[in-house]
Amino acid sequence: MKHKKYRNKTATIIVMTFTMLLFFSCHETDSDFDNNEIQKVYVEKKADKNIEYATEAPPLGDDFPCSACHDYREPNPKRRELVEWHDEIVAMFHHDSENRWCLDCHDLVQRDSLRLASGKLLSFKESYKLCGQCHGDKLRDWKVGIHGKRKGFWNGEKEYLLCVHCHNPHSPKFQKLKPEPPPEVVEN
Amino acid sequence: MEKENSRRSFIKNMSLATFSALALSGCDTKALDEFLQENFKELSKKEKDRIIKNLEAKYKKQYGKDFHVSAKPAIDRTLFGYALDLSRCIGCRKCVYACVDENNQSRDPQIHWIQVLQMENEKGIDFAHSNIHYNPEEVPEDGHFYLPVACQQCRNPQCTTVCPTKATWTEPDGIVVVDYNWCIGCRYCMAACPYGARHFNWGEPTVPTEEMKTELHYLGNRPRKKGVVEKCTFCIQRAREGKYPSCVEVCPVGARKFGNLLDPESEIRYILENKRVLILKEELNTQPKFYYFFGI
Repeated sequence: MKHKKYRNKTATIIVMTFTMLLFFSCHETDSDFDNNEIQKVYVEKKADKNIEYATEAPPLGDDFPCSACHDYREPNPKRRELVEWHDEIVAMFHHDSENRWCLDCHDLVQRDSLRLASGKLLSFKESYKLCGQCHGDKLRDWKVGIHGKRKGFWNGEKEYLLCVHCHNPHSPKFQKLKPEPPPEVVEN
Repeated sequence: MEKENSRRSFIKNMSLATFSALALSGCDTKALDEFLQENFKELSKKEKDRIIKNLEAKYKKQYGKDFHVSAKPAIDRTLFGYALDLSRCIGCRKCVYACVDENNQSRDPQIHWIQVLQMENEKGIDFAHSNIHYNPEEVPEDGHFYLPVACQQCRNPQCTTVCPTKATWTEPDGIVVVDYNWCIGCRYCMAACPYGARHFNWGEPTVPTEEMKTELHYLGNRPRKKGVVEKCTFCIQRAREGKYPSCVEVCPVGARKFGNLLDPESEIRYILENKRVLILKEELNTQPKFYYFFGI
């Protein structure tokens, strides 16, 4: 009886020691593993941060390059209603039209460039900077991928769309759409 | 003991065995294999490979084109989250049909994983007075806003806890999935889901062969059969390859955002940290990973 009692006790102690060892060793390796993994993922992510591309500007139509015509005309900086040329743009222009006209965004001399309020010239590929002059909150959201649409990979290369892919710069409000058909009505 | 070994019980058992053998002999070996298949979570890599090979052969025979079925597991350190901008959505339903197309949902009887609810500005989010059958000439309609609802991918999902066969569960990347082979069609999960996000195949699903998508995931858009439940999986076949879900890419106003909640640099984390965010039916403590926010 006595032997048996001791044997039981020894067995219990051995089991307990094992359990404790197991528990503590698991715990430690687990937390080490976590930290390493998290750091690794974030470093990779940060390195990846630059692989985002602005897409080409949408086709600018037959009117481009503007210099093809404007190089042969005397520049006229006077604000006026255009009648002979670009009257189709004037007709649909709806972008603070009371206070703005062509030369607020297009440059008078360098006709194939856009122009910031500061006088800095921009290519059409960077038009988002021009939009961002007034719509700073939208530009901020667009840069982090919240405003506008992104395509590609949630964990990798993404494709941005420029403001002008979705908004007509002369009339930026979204046009209404015909909705897709509603779900069928299930009859009981 | 004696009673159990009686002649009566012997005859009973023999007749049962004969019946079972007869019933099973009606199936070919592959169907029998499928019938006896373990739960997906318990399959070994080898078994998964074999099952997938059989499925690809079966679909090829059925639809006459090549399929690729993936069983890709969750990506490490990933927890998927989704956010939808309520101030942008115009209710055009393009997401609904992109989802049907990508995920091989039945065209007849019709199954839509996304329901777009039209709500009145004056009433706010009010499910009782919402309308999914709106059909005007043009959207958005004045005085209304739109709230698309699909599976909310809850952290505390009621649908999985009620499943009697454990045919539905949460994957490590947070996607709630269904093993269509284990679903017995009891629809308990549909009763448990407070978002109406689960859909039942009342009839044999039909998808035109030419429209059938061939990049499949076992837990996602592979063809279903009559009598099983299905739901949004964040396009598991795309998400696990790093791609955005279909609805994100089709949305014409960019209202849909998707990413990894564990990555502080992700779009989804930016939204949670900087925008006004809400979840649906918060009081039920389902803890969705699908967020709604106001971009403006």
